Amino acid sequence: MRIAYKIVKFLTIVAITLFTAVSFASESDKTHNDQNDGGRVNTKSEVEAYILHHIKDSHDFSLFSYTSDSGERKHVGFPLPVILWSSEGLVTFMSSAFHHNDDGHVIVEKNGLKFAKIHSKIYELDTDAATVSFDATHHATNAHKTLDFSITKSAFGLIVIGLLMLLWFSKLARQYKTKKVPTGFGRVLEPLVLYVRDEIARPNIGEKHYRRFTGYLLTVFFFIWILNLAGLTPLGFNVTGQLAVTGCLAIFTLVIYTVSGTKGYWMHMIWMPGVPMLIRPVLAIIELAGALIIKPFSLLVRLFANISAGHIVVMSLIAIMFTLKESLGVVGATGLSFVLSFFITLIEVLVAFLQAYIFTMLSALFIGMAVDDHAEAH
Amino acid sequence: METLLNDFSPGLFAVSTILLLALIALMVKFAWKPILNSLEERESGIEDALAAAENARKEMQNLQSDNERLIKEARAERDEMMKDARNITDNMIATAKEDAKEVTATLIEKAQASINQEKQAALAEIKKTVAELSIGIAETVIKKELSNKKDQLDLVEGILKDVTLN
Repeated sequence: MRIAYKIVKFLTIVAITLFTAVSFASESDKTHNDQNDGGRVNTKSEVEAYILHHIKDSHDFSLFSYTSDSGERKHVGFPLPVILWSSEGLVTFMSSAFHHNDDGHVIVEKNGLKFAKIHSKIYELDTDAATVSFDATHHATNAHKTLDFSITKSAFGLIVIGLLMLLWFSKLARQYKTKKVPTGFGRVLEPLVLYVRDEIARPNIGEKHYRRFTGYLLTVFFFIWILNLAGLTPLGFNVTGQLAVTGCLAIFTLVIYTVSGTKGYWMHMIWMPGVPMLIRPVLAIIELAGALIIKPFSLLVRLFANISAGHIVVMSLIAIMFTLKESLGVVGATGLSFVLSFFITLIEVLVAFLQAYIFTMLSALFIGMAVDDHAEAH
Repeated sequence: METLLNDFSPGLFAVSTILLLALIALMVKFAWKPILNSLEERESGIEDALAAAENARKEMQNLQSDNERLIKEARAERDEMMKDARNITDNMIATAKEDAKEVTATLIEKAQASINQEKQAALAEIKKTVAELSIGIAETVIKKELSNKKDQLDLVEGILKDVTLN
């Protein structure tokens, strides 16, 4: 545990330094790259823009892009449905309508409304506007954001991984009907299930209550772990690096331990026994803030930051190939990039598991504190 | 912070909440419940089997100790029986010896008595024979005396010479 925390700490520090360095750099030279250069990513600022774009959610699923012999830019991937709640109600169309444009130049007209996509966000243009006009800080002046319920890349990844999990584990469940010991892939899954139950749920929640919460913990553990691993594949998912998704998970944990909290837990939180009367309200504020804000916030940010940072680090190291081409030569830059990104990817595989473990473990710990008969919320 | 807030998409939040709730519900219903139930069933089965094995082992041990006790008892009984038998033989031999002694003693006594009797009888007979002989001698002597005194004496002497008492 101790070593694991140290590694996480180290990686977080590394990631934060790199992240801040990257964001500072992008602040200093904000040259808007031209969309018509074939989409090549060669310069340092383009690399930064590319990485930051990757970290964000996207409305279509693109695997890779290339420029054909005739100089035409080709994108390989598939579009995803866009579902908007606009001023006129529900609007749906496929994301291919934007033609991979991300700076508001392509206007989609639907139901008499005009939409443009700017930095992975879909804007609804004002009724009299024909094109998007930008102010000095590159904000749209005549368009506003819509409520976007699109099946984005993250939502799509979530569905795919969810179906995969359902398939795997329901198959494992069916195996138990005919035999005592699973065979095939179930043999891999069973020890993992046992691990979560015996090492995370049982010791943290306690023998008496752990059964009620094991289902949630198992779902969360496998969901985060598999999505973290999927994020390391060239498919380029970044689902667990989306604040919306980690926030959703953290709020689930918050709701579960708030709803299932015992009387003792609430007593210790609101009116701490064994403490002078004057200090009790102060403690209550601290305890409530800790339980309702800090705990879920730490869950939310930890997962988001670790996974986003991991993606940024891996992509930055891969980008060494282009950024250090001048100073190290093609072979040197490629070799250095390969070695560094190889090792950091190995660490990321570990982090993928570790973050799933930490999220599940802390959720179990918080639930355990809430359902414990002698709540230790001191 | 501002970019973070800008990146946060309430739409995705709503979509993922719905999807995750559905996922958790489906997983609990179709995967975790049956898996955990079967796992617990299997674990309790293993525990029962272990307990049964332990019981069987204990029973085995009990049986073994029972057997040993039985063997020991049997052996003790046998020893006892052999001891008894030996005692009985010893007693029998001793009694037999005594009986024999008694019998011999009576036999000897009887023999002695009969010997004495015989002796008495023999003596009586001898006495009788001696008396008869004496009478005979006396007869003859008396017959001879009548003729010659000297001859008479010679005769007595001669007869006495012939007749030895034993």
